[in-house]
Amino acid sequence: MIRVQGLQKSFGEQRVLRGIDVDFHEGQCNLIIGLSGSGKTVFLKSILGLHATDEGSISFDGRILGEMSKKEVKALRQEMGMVFQGSALFNSMTIEDNVRLPLDFFSQMTPEEKAERVRFCLDRVRIAPEAFTKTPAELSGGMQKRVAIARAIVLNPKYLFCDEPNSGLDPETAIVIDQLIHEITHEFGMTTVINTHDMNSVLEIGDHVVLLEKGKKAWEGTMDQVLQSDDSAVVDYVFRSNLFKKVRVALKNV
Amino acid sequence: MIYRFLDGLGRYFLFLGEVFHKPEHWREYSKSFFKEIELLIFSSIGLVAFISVFMGAVLTIQTAINLGDPFVPDSYIAIAVREGIILEFAPTIVSLILAGKVGSNIASTLGTMRVTEQMDALRVMGINPASYLVLPKLFACLIFNPILIVFSMALGLVGGYYAGDLLGLVNTEIYLTGYFDDFDPFFVVYSLTKTFVFAFIIATVSSFFGYNVEGGAVEVGKASTKSVVTMSFSIILFNYILTDLLLQ
Repeated sequence: MIRVQGLQKSFGEQRVLRGIDVDFHEGQCNLIIGLSGSGKTVFLKSILGLHATDEGSISFDGRILGEMSKKEVKALRQEMGMVFQGSALFNSMTIEDNVRLPLDFFSQMTPEEKAERVRFCLDRVRIAPEAFTKTPAELSGGMQKRVAIARAIVLNPKYLFCDEPNSGLDPETAIVIDQLIHEITHEFGMTTVINTHDMNSVLEIGDHVVLLEKGKKAWEGTMDQVLQSDDSAVVDYVFRSNLFKKVRVALKNV
Repeated sequence: MIYRFLDGLGRYFLFLGEVFHKPEHWREYSKSFFKEIELLIFSSIGLVAFISVFMGAVLTIQTAINLGDPFVPDSYIAIAVREGIILEFAPTIVSLILAGKVGSNIASTLGTMRVTEQMDALRVMGINPASYLVLPKLFACLIFNPILIVFSMALGLVGGYYAGDLLGLVNTEIYLTGYFDDFDPFFVVYSLTKTFVFAFIIATVSSFFGYNVEGGAVEVGKASTKSVVTMSFSIILFNYILTDLLLQ
């Protein structure tokens, strides 16, 4: 479980996170939603330790990030996987090498075992063997995202983080990516935290949904509760689109 | 302005501190080192060769014209060309050219990696991006730039010889003896010392600018330009300091 307590972060005069308390549970897809500029990415990067926080604590199964030694943080990082918004694959490497990089650095596996593990992960995200020797630039956006997921899970992480994994993808590919993350989360019992704007993702895989508004937690619940909620923050964010307004009315009538 | 300079200098030294962290995995660094040699050094050989040959040729023509006196032996022209190439043209001019070619490549590569979150990806994996990305480039430059400069010296001298011969400006036999007259090997040591310092400047200054890019493609371009300007300025300044220290 990841526990965030009283998290605050400012950049100069600008307060981005204003005291966030939230728990992310194991084996769940935890979705963070909110308008652009609500602090989602800063929040995610703060949990990852990419931004130093001003106040508050972040703990990973009882281990408090701010109180850990450099060595312990390094060990913790090997329990984390991250899928970046733009995939962040290394352009100078092949797909295979991209996925193998964390193994080369942090595993004691033999080259054969590494190759086997890379094949397993790429196969798990449904990348065909013909693509293994290609470079990221030769793949479509959806395939790059899948390779990024394979790289994120190659060390068998306990915690998976995804920053807008669907951005820039067509609706069909977006659903495939969502389902893949959901399956992997349940299959490996990971604690998954996803930043998203995509309401379809919320309704498909949102085991736990947290709505951020102006750097504060405005609401939290499950995907079913989102549609039923009368909370003004949820209504303002989720039911802004006509489609979801109609869904809400239909559900109320049922 | 002084505050900005000192702030930048402080951040540069902090960056060097990150770069010189103990590598997590030597074998991965060595793999990267060999890639960098190909990318930064081998790809520069053609350019260095072209510039060196013509630099030597031009230097011979200019010296021969300016010393065009029957009482000045051709070996003196050769000595002037040799000293010009070894002391200044090969180490300084070629380093300035490498600052433009290799330095801008490093700054834009690292800058692009920064804005596309590839550096964050490394950090999340537990890999120190400064050390993993910069150290192999630095070692490639420190080891191979001096070799490139020796290569440049040799080609400069060859270019000078053939220009003098083809244009009939010198008696080649006498000219050739000039290349070996009163040769002081310390000049090569001085030249390689300068090259070593310039290589350090090229690799670290360009990396510093690329590593600290914030924003998007426009900022990457700006960082690349700034890095070339700063490197050129630093090379000229250190050229003066080292010449004063080593040749006085």
